[in-house]
This record gives sequence, C-alpha cells and structure tokens, in this order.
Amino acid sequence: MKPGHGDLTLAEGDPELAEDEALLIETFRRQLDEGMWAAVPTVESGGKREATMVRDFSEVPRDAERVIFFPPAAGG
Amino acid sequence: MSTAAVASLSIVVGVLAAVAFGPDLLALARRRRPRRTHRPALTALPDPGRELRAERRAEQLLLSVLGQADYEAYRALGFLHAYGRAEQGREPSYGYLIYPHKPIVSYDVDSGELLNEHCVSFPDRSDPGDEFGERLPDADDVLAKWMALRGDERGLIRAANMHLPGRQLDPGHVRRDLIRMSEWTGRSLPASHGHADVA
Repeated sequence: MKPGHGDLTLAEGDPELAEDEALLIETFRRQLDEGMWAAVPTVESGGKREATMVRDFSEVPRDAERVIFFPPAAGG
Repeated sequence: MSTAAVASLSIVVGVLAAVAFGPDLLALARRRRPRRTHRPALTALPDPGRELRAERRAEQLLLSVLGQADYEAYRALGFLHAYGRAEQGREPSYGYLIYPHKPIVSYDVDSGELLNEHCVSFPDRSDPGDEFGERLPDADDVLAKWMALRGDERGLIRAANMHLPGRQLDPGHVRRDLIRMSEWTGRSLPASHGHADVA
C-alpha cells in the first residue's frame, strides 16, 4: 500500500524457484528495512478471513498468495 | 486681474512645477511603490482522478482480502468490524469498529458500552516531498488497521493513542453504527455465513 496511490505490485514469483525466491526475499527485506509492516492475509477452513503479521521472510507461509506491506502505525 | 489671466497663470505655474519637481516626485513614488521581489509560485494542481483511482484500487484490494460479504458491509456501513482476541474456547468480550482515517472504537460486546477510542494512522515517511504521500486511501486505511488488529492486536493498540470515547467521534453516532451493523448482519446473515467478524 502506498499513500495516495493504492497498492502496487513490487515483485511476483514462485518461491519454489530459487531465482524467484531470491527476488522475493530481497524485496521483502528492502520493504522491512524501509520500516514497512508486512501482513499475510489468509482464509481459514470455515471461510473466515484472517491476517498474520510477519517480520521475516521465513515466517511467510509457503502457500501464501501475497504479502501486503503498509506504513507502520503511529499514534494519530 | 481677470479670471482668464488667473487661470492662465495657474496653468503656467502648474507646468513649471511639473517641470521643476516632476522627476523628484516620480522617483519618490517609485521608491514608495512596493517592489515585487518574488515571482508568483507555480502551484501544481492535484490530479483529482489520481485520488479516485487510488481509492478504487484500494477497494479492490479490500474486497480480495476480506471477501464479498465483509466488503459489502464496509460499503454499506462505512466502517469495518473486528472482534478482539478471545481466550481459548470463549466468545470475544469486546470488538472494534474501524473507521477510515478516524479512531478505532472498542466496545463491550455484551452491553454495547463504548470503551475507548484508539487513534492511529499510517503516515508515509518514505517520501516527504510527495504531495500525495500523506495518507492512505480510505479502503487501504481500514484494511491496514484490520490486518494489524488481526495480526498483532497488542502491537497496534500499543502504537495508538488511547482516549475515552467522545474525543473525536460522537458516541451517539458510534452507538447508532453498532445498531446499523447489527441490522445489516441480520439482513445479510446467509451471505456472511462463515465470516464471524461481521457481527
């Protein structure tokens, strides 16, 4: 998510392919280095929607469709 | 002295005075005239379509993350809802109303009593020079709050400034929103089956 722009696709790839995985990891780290928060939306077996915050690429489920980055929260 | 002679003399004196003092008076007037030291600023007009496109993209993202039922609830009500974490095997005792660019309001599920306003924002710190970089589109703002609440409720609440209800939002309005949400859920129960967060 980028303020004023909506969401932008930063990188796409299959984490099972080494080259793609390297790109995804690099993109992930760059976003976190910039201070962004990362969340993985999920759908549970009953259809309930959930989200998991992740702080390392290894925490991203292998079957995750996407990771959403957004600016960190601050007291408003 | 005739009137004509007086008039002629006045004209002659006036012309002589203009010749004698004119340049000095002109210079004085120029000195007193405020100088324009700065060129007018060239202001870039914001593109009104850009904000609208961003909002539409954000709504599509919201739809893809929350699903049709919760997305429709957001469109109809203007806010999202999430329950707080519950202890194992127990129903959640409190929930949150998530407004775009307004505080999150926590409430007691049983009594409907409003508990707190949690003021939180997601400011863009990456590009301070970007005039559009101030805030997320509305749908992105509520989605970010929702994801942070679901993924790290304590972290988000810790980051927020907490106030008693009524600081920014009219408590009466929020209570009416709770009723509207309850009515909406009653109407859309079959469609929202399985989406426990639409109360």
